Amino acid sequence: MTFPFLSVLILLPLFAGVVLLLLPAGKRGLIRSIALGVSLVTFVISVYLFAAYDKVAAGYQFVEQMQWLPALGISYHLGVDGFSLPLELLAGIVVLCGVMVSWKVEDRAREFFAFIMFLASSVFGVFASLDLFVLFFFFELAVFPKYLMIVMWGSPKTKEYGGMKLTLYLFLGSVVALVGVLAIYFSSGLHTFDLLALEQAGFGLAVQKLWFPFIFIGFGVLGGLFPFHSWAPDGHVAAPTAVSMLLAGVEMKVGAFAALRAGLMLLPDGMQFWAPAVLILATINVVYGAFIAMIQTDFKYVIGFSSVSHMGLVFIGFATLTPEGLTGAGLQMFSHGIMTALFFSVVGMVYDRAHTRNLAELGGLAKHMPLAMIGFVVGGLVSMGMPGFSGFVAEIPIYLGAWKTMPLVAIISAISIVVTAAYILLVVRRVFFGETPEPIRAGMSDISIMDKIVVVGLSLLMILIGLIPSLLVPMIQGGVSHILSLVGGA
Amino acid sequence: MTLTVAQMTLAIMPELLMIVLAGVLIVISIINRDKCKQVLGCITAGGMILAIVSAFLFAMPKAEPILMWGGMLRLDSVTFVFRLIFLFGAAVTAIFSCTEETIRCRPEFYMMLVFSTLGMSLMAASCDLIMLFLAIETASIPLYVMAGIKVKEEKSVEAGLKYFLFGGMSSAIMVYGFSLIYGFSGTTQLFDIAQGVIAQQVPLAGVVVAVVLVLAGFAFKISAAPFHFWAPDVYEGAPTSVTGFLSTASKAAGFAALIRVLMILFDANSAEVWQALIAALAVASMFTGNLVAIPQKNIKRLLAYSSIAQAGYILVGLTSHSTLGVSGAIYYLMAYLVTNLALFAIVGWIGRKTGSDSLAAYAGLSKRSPGLALAMLIGLLSLGGIPPFGGFFAKLLVFGAAVESGWAWLAIVGVINSVIGLYYYLRVLKIMYVDEPAENTPLKVKEPLWLIGLILCLVLVTVMGVVLAPWFGISNWAAIGF
Amino acid sequence: MNFLSIPILAWLVLIPVLGGLLLLLIPGKKVELIRWSALGISLLPLFLTVLLWLNYQPKAEAHFQFEMIIPWFEVIHSSIHFGLDGISLTMVLLTALLTPLSILTSFNIKENVKAFMALFLFLETGILGVFVSLDLLIFFLFWEIGLVPMYFLINLWGGDKRNYASLKFILFTMGGSLGLLLAIQLLGVLMGTFDLVEILKSWPFLQEGTIFKIPYEIVKAIAFWAFVIAFAIKVPVWPFHTWLPDAHTEAPTGGSMILAGVLLKLGAYGFLRLVLPLFPVESAKYAGWLAALAVAAIVFGALSAASQTDFKRLVAYSSINHMGFVILAVAAAAWAGGNTDPAVRQSSVIAVNGAVLQMFNHGLSAAGMFFLVGVLYDRAHTRMLDKFGGLFAIVPNYGAILIFLSMASLGLPGLNGFVSEFMIVRGVWPIYMALTAVSMIGLLFTGVYVLKAIKLVLQGPFNETWAGRISEINVRELVVIVPLMILILSIGIWPSWILTIINQTVMRWF
Repeated sequence: MTFPFLSVLILLPLFAGVVLLLLPAGKRGLIRSIALGVSLVTFVISVYLFAAYDKVAAGYQFVEQMQWLPALGISYHLGVDGFSLPLELLAGIVVLCGVMVSWKVEDRAREFFAFIMFLASSVFGVFASLDLFVLFFFFELAVFPKYLMIVMWGSPKTKEYGGMKLTLYLFLGSVVALVGVLAIYFSSGLHTFDLLALEQAGFGLAVQKLWFPFIFIGFGVLGGLFPFHSWAPDGHVAAPTAVSMLLAGVEMKVGAFAALRAGLMLLPDGMQFWAPAVLILATINVVYGAFIAMIQTDFKYVIGFSSVSHMGLVFIGFATLTPEGLTGAGLQMFSHGIMTALFFSVVGMVYDRAHTRNLAELGGLAKHMPLAMIGFVVGGLVSMGMPGFSGFVAEIPIYLGAWKTMPLVAIISAISIVVTAAYILLVVRRVFFGETPEPIRAGMSDISIMDKIVVVGLSLLMILIGLIPSLLVPMIQGGVSHILSLVGGA
Repeated sequence: MTLTVAQMTLAIMPELLMIVLAGVLIVISIINRDKCKQVLGCITAGGMILAIVSAFLFAMPKAEPILMWGGMLRLDSVTFVFRLIFLFGAAVTAIFSCTEETIRCRPEFYMMLVFSTLGMSLMAASCDLIMLFLAIETASIPLYVMAGIKVKEEKSVEAGLKYFLFGGMSSAIMVYGFSLIYGFSGTTQLFDIAQGVIAQQVPLAGVVVAVVLVLAGFAFKISAAPFHFWAPDVYEGAPTSVTGFLSTASKAAGFAALIRVLMILFDANSAEVWQALIAALAVASMFTGNLVAIPQKNIKRLLAYSSIAQAGYILVGLTSHSTLGVSGAIYYLMAYLVTNLALFAIVGWIGRKTGSDSLAAYAGLSKRSPGLALAMLIGLLSLGGIPPFGGFFAKLLVFGAAVESGWAWLAIVGVINSVIGLYYYLRVLKIMYVDEPAENTPLKVKEPLWLIGLILCLVLVTVMGVVLAPWFGISNWAAIGF
Repeated sequence: MNFLSIPILAWLVLIPVLGGLLLLLIPGKKVELIRWSALGISLLPLFLTVLLWLNYQPKAEAHFQFEMIIPWFEVIHSSIHFGLDGISLTMVLLTALLTPLSILTSFNIKENVKAFMALFLFLETGILGVFVSLDLLIFFLFWEIGLVPMYFLINLWGGDKRNYASLKFILFTMGGSLGLLLAIQLLGVLMGTFDLVEILKSWPFLQEGTIFKIPYEIVKAIAFWAFVIAFAIKVPVWPFHTWLPDAHTEAPTGGSMILAGVLLKLGAYGFLRLVLPLFPVESAKYAGWLAALAVAAIVFGALSAASQTDFKRLVAYSSINHMGFVILAVAAAAWAGGNTDPAVRQSSVIAVNGAVLQMFNHGLSAAGMFFLVGVLYDRAHTRMLDKFGGLFAIVPNYGAILIFLSMASLGLPGLNGFVSEFMIVRGVWPIYMALTAVSMIGLLFTGVYVLKAIKLVLQGPFNETWAGRISEINVRELVVIVPLMILILSIGIWPSWILTIINQTVMRWF
């Protein structure tokens, strides 16, 4: 038997989290070193998996399977394909960066890092699961770390509201999806939660039409699908930096990914039936999110709404059901994950120094923290779909897919590009250029080495993908062709 | 296949042992009253464990279920599994009671506990209306006493009295229902009644009317809305270890009897007559429990309402009238048993240390005692249905069963309620983890026995959420046995 | 990997950006090193361009030379396809030439030199990329990417109203390119490729049938206008020009030089490279509108320039005026595309030749003019024309140069502007006689504003406040302006060295 990389990837953080909780709270140095060490290991594993994946063979690789509850057809079945592996890599990167930017956390560091580890385990688990039960198990595992991290370390004013709203929205979405999943489990007659088996189940059209919305929208809530997106800005803003990074960077992808795996892939006819509706909702996401972002006065809310806007493109990509659209969606998930992690890390760095996120009270930070400015600008360029950056290579295929299915969607959502450019540039100018207002000048200092590594690393990655999309594309294409074979075959 | 008297005696060995245990406790109470410390609790727990062992040794069900003692009792997997649930619950309760100064030196308390458990055990086993009624009363009357055992505390006495009055009334209604059934069918043996119903000698409508009355009695036992009014007051007033026992073992016993009656009297063809009724109870319980729990300021009342809601979820499993539904309900009861025992243990402990059961007493618990906060977290999340804890899989099963048998809307009501439930569980978590404590003195647990009991429960909560197969095997085995 | 095997065009595009990244590694304190390295780096593309120029075979079979195709994004059939013809080679030469000069001009930048220089080099990559791209998506990639450095150049080193101007600049151009992007996507979806050469083989001839249940005719008309608006904003064609005076006025001198010298040419280049070949039918149909807009730009540009009191704004409006001629020529060529009369074809070829040359010429003269305004501004810290007067007395060399450049701009025979404007007017005349006549008004007012500027700055009573405060043009500045002057003169006297290269391409293309 081959080495169970995926299990290690998933269980190591879980185990580390438990160990951390058992350590004495005073040993902060040890605690954060363990967290950093573990996140480094998971990062290395995800990179290794990414590199070792056989793109020619495609399909599910690094598969592990173990009986869990045979009576109900539940098995601990893990594996990654071309679509999920980049997301594992994304999670590996963002978790590492999250730990690094949290290096200075002092308030109950033990719990903080332990919860990050739990969250990491959850996201690794969802992306790797090939069994619906396993998927759910890891999906829900994130509930309490998310909530507690927001209410314990979030921003004082909104953390309770934001944390509760986020948790309940997401929980509601997931349990609605659960009902749908149970429904298709029973109607398949296969008595298995195994995704590979269910993919081939060939559900009747009526079943597909009825249950698709439950699953897709249920999970879509976590992906920020309109009109269930409002948790996202509130939640992202309320959360501490590392959690915002993980939430917007990875967790939203978890939602979209689960909607894809359990919704689109299992019920392709349902997807086709509902595709126009999803396209319309997602288009609203894209345009509405961008416009709302423009009128925000809080630095972090701008980014929060921009995530809503960008995740809309992912759903558009899904709903086009074209190779271009799905490939673009895969790229966009990765690109947006990196971008938004970078954004939130910079927002955190700014907030740590200025103690305000009000755009009117910020200014001239480029002088004090030039690298943070560069990182933010790169993120902004990705965000506005500037060619040469990862956002462009992700968005173009999505638009192409939209042209093929519903040209109006492409045309309308393109409006968001200009709006995004406007608000990103406004924010860049207000925060980083001009004069530094007197009240916040005292707290200014350059960002730490850890922060610098994060900012530079994430920025370079986005440029790299923007210039050489083939780093990711062939792999994603393998996953997409499998997805489309399900759509076509059904 | 019939059993000899000796075999039948062996089959009720655990119950006999419990009687012996009660006797021992009486003797001890006569010999030595004041220097007991934790001895009584340990003896009780030890006796219970002995009974569990004897159940495995002598009272294992045969491949085929067997009626014994003149059709009064049934030796089957249901009896066996529920007996274990009750015994385990009682043993843990006994251990937790050791730390409650007011009751730990009172042999009569432990005696009541033993008798009540005995009654529950018989409830799960009985297949005859008279036996069932006797068993129910045997289980209930000691509980009334236990709830009111703190005679010096007004609340405790009030709780005992209230429980007694409500219980008495619901018993009366139930017994009236029993008598109706007997009147229609001319027999008290459940299987004979069922035969009569199938052969259409007994009018189904009559049985249904009677069952409605009987349900009232059971709904009281399991604290399902709208028969839940006693629960918050009793839970609040009773000594906390009793509350724990009430909300777990006693509820499980009610469910055991309920499932037994429903499953025997109605086959799949006639199930629909009561499914709607149970579904209505489930919906009412879930909404009442969850919504009223939100504004609660007292942790025991909060958990009381939560326990009403939990009864609702379990009823969702019953509504489906399928093996999966029943096994889901049993899985739920098992997970709920360990979860709530742990929670009430902590609540009791905190209550004694801080002198308050209000939620405010939990402010900043994570700073005063990270361990206990974590334990509460595990318990609450299990109640909320979050992995990797037992409550998650239990909920999955009952909702799954509802979906399987076409009750998808009920599952949706259920999941919506889970969200409401999660809201107030998270609020408690927030209070523990975020709010500033009124005083900063660390809380240290100094009772090793208590700690062992707590950790045992928490480990089981987690194990039930992760290692699914054995537990599902047990509950499924029991579900087939009905 | 063998670096020498990378095609020369890839080097051309990559060198500035790689150089810019290298600059970022130099410590910010070593200002001199940064400046000279930036200049050195920017000379490399010039060197390569000269090589290209010398090796270009005007009469070769292949339309595009130095071609390279590297797969880039296979899912959507986009590849890095570079190639040069006479038109793009001319533009590349202009870019490669003006960049070092602008960098040299920008040696007076004091703040954050490293970022400035790096951005400038990034900008050069963006512009060169547009001119060499033969894949629509790659074209768009470079088209957009150039905006960012320009935005920051204006926003960070610009004048007082830089925030307003830079945002207006980028939003106008991005808004314009939105339609371009959508239209490119549409083409990509319909044709299954983004390769321009491939698309040209079939797309222009698709006329019958429907797409998205809409007749091809309408789809094409919409796409046509999407392209036209994007390029018209960039050129800028009246009435899309309002961003330009603001951007120019606020930009630092080096930025203005590149902006007027090269960036505006991107729009006109887009017309020639994409609009006319891709939409011959639509172009012919709507050519009249375009011609009218072009004349409006010529006339209004000149009138506005004449009424300015700010020297830099004056030069900015003059750009609108000059670029109007280019568009007029484009419109004529567009109209002629639907005509088979050899005389008309002949005229249109002359017009397009003139247009390309005008682009090159305007690049030289506008850059020079902005530079001279910058020189003045550096010393006087004002650009208000009425504040100056009689400066010829204290800065005769500067005055002579200013007059030389102004004359080139005015279209004095013997200098370059005359050649190209004459060709355009000659080419357009038989096609749009009336409009050409109207445009002559514009030409007249060109004379008015040029002379007005010269009068207000150099002649008249000497404004005593400047005595001793405005010094003569220095060596560095001379190094910038003299090459421009030489080129201006050489084209004016002997235009065929550049026209042979342009003409062969135009003949084949149109």
